[in-house]
Amino acid sequence: MEKQLSHINYQNPVINIVGLRKSFGDLHILRGVDLKLFEGENLVVLGRSGTGKSVLIKIVSGLLSADEGSVNVLGQEVGDLDEKALMSLRLRIGFSFQNSALYDSMTVRENLEFPLVRNKRSLTRTEIDREVHEVLDSVGLLQALNQMPSELSGGQRKRIGIARTLILRPDIMLYDEPTAGLDPITCTEINNLINEVQQIYKTSSIIITHDLTCAKEVGDRIVMLLDGKFERQGRFNDIFDSDDARVKAFYDYNFIA
Amino acid sequence: MISKKIDQKLIQLGDLHHFIMRFFKELFMPPYEFKEIINQCYEIGVKSLPLISLTGFITGIVFTNQSRPSLEDFGATAMLPSLIAIAIVRALAPLVTALIAAGKVGSNIGAELGSMKVTEQIDAMEVSGTNPFKFLVVSRVLATTVMIPILSCYTGFVGLMGSFLNVYQHESVSFISFFDQVFETVTFLDIFQAIIKAAFFGFTIGIVGCYQGYNSSKGTEGVGKAANAAVVASMFLIFIEEQLVVMIVQAIRG
Ligand SMILES: Nc1ncnc2c1ncn2[C@@H]1O[C@H](COP(=O)(O)OP(=O)(O)OP(=O)(O)O)[C@@H](O)[C@H]1O
Ligand SMILES: [Mg+2]
Repeated sequence: MEKQLSHINYQNPVINIVGLRKSFGDLHILRGVDLKLFEGENLVVLGRSGTGKSVLIKIVSGLLSADEGSVNVLGQEVGDLDEKALMSLRLRIGFSFQNSALYDSMTVRENLEFPLVRNKRSLTRTEIDREVHEVLDSVGLLQALNQMPSELSGGQRKRIGIARTLILRPDIMLYDEPTAGLDPITCTEINNLINEVQQIYKTSSIIITHDLTCAKEVGDRIVMLLDGKFERQGRFNDIFDSDDARVKAFYDYNFIA
Repeated sequence: MISKKIDQKLIQLGDLHHFIMRFFKELFMPPYEFKEIINQCYEIGVKSLPLISLTGFITGIVFTNQSRPSLEDFGATAMLPSLIAIAIVRALAPLVTALIAAGKVGSNIGAELGSMKVTEQIDAMEVSGTNPFKFLVVSRVLATTVMIPILSCYTGFVGLMGSFLNVYQHESVSFISFFDQVFETVTFLDIFQAIIKAAFFGFTIGIVGCYQGYNSSKGTEGVGKAANAAVVASMFLIFIEEQLVVMIVQAIRG
């Protein structure tokens, strides 16, 4: 069943990328990317390994800088921000890393507290505990509170990673391959979580993946990164209704392999 | 081939220079990470204390034992405490402490930051509104700069204790007269230069460890390389600094 789209505000793009280019030496990764993410939307970015999907969202959050083009996030031009303004913009963007990037030396509780304690210094102990409890509950992992990241499974780590970004109540979520390397049942759980986050926390999200089941379940709209550009976009069925060999290969690989 | 290697080393030195500049720039800008600095000081102390105690003590005993025969030739064994005191305070304590810390603390910092870099924990910190350079690098470098002098004083004390035991055994010099002689010989300049030197060593260990970790290449082998490079590079720099300080102090003494 396809997702309803009535919650999306198409008048208000929260991310607007125009003519983005990025190279590493002779490697031209992004070659004129145009992309809009609308308020309330779950946008899936598909693409093969090494096409620059991670690079794209790292540019959105200012971890990498663009060579050319405009990247506007929540009304601000990311490339023009000074360090302070960039920091405060980042607090409104949740970044869920490809490999979770939990702080190994800290417990789950400390991982979740870290962004909160450091950015909202006025909070009391009780308020912090309540926030931690709430996000941990929404990812369904209350029992992991005092565990170390090394004691968690891949799927649990992903969920803690998502919880850690939710704790700052971001307006935008960037998910880098949330289901990569997980079994199909855990994938479904993560997909459901992404949809719940969209509804409960009212986020607009970019979900990077090469997992078509994930794309189908969470995507309100899907774009496909091919040779450094977004050449196809639309709903799941529209995307793959194509004669383009590159698109076909992608589809076949996913459902046959 | 060789010129390419030298070029690479020079580029690295340039990068290290930038890294050090960034350290001083961020050092004076708020917010200050006091809690993390204390944490790191504690970590460094706990990690190196057992090994430093052992090595310091043994150095004291061995050095005393080895010096005795040459003094005996002149019938000057009574000078033993003075000789030992000068050697330990001026040179051995800071150097032994720094070399051990380079192996233990420096490699640890390199590996820790390296693995944080590789697993994107540093990026994660940055996007969640914490300046990772300040939180990780500045706090660690400050901690090593403060802790190596303190640990050196401790090493000096332990070394002298080892030496005293040995002297007591052979020449039955009392505790009081041993340390009387030690403090008569050692000047303020000796202690002062030792502490300053140790602070430079500490800074070197911290900044090199952080630099290697922060710039480690992708992949798990990058982490091992970072740890290894941290030890080699900081030991090398410590020897150069030791030589420089000796030259400077000799110039001051005239
Ligand atoms: N900091 C960097 N320096 C140099 N090259 C980089 C850097 N980051 C990424 N690249 C290169 O850019 C290309 C795209 O990388 P990216 O991580 O965005 O791929 P991806 O689409 O996310 O792939 P995957 O699905 O494997 O995660 C790769 O060839 C990578 O080697
Ligand atoms: Mg990627």
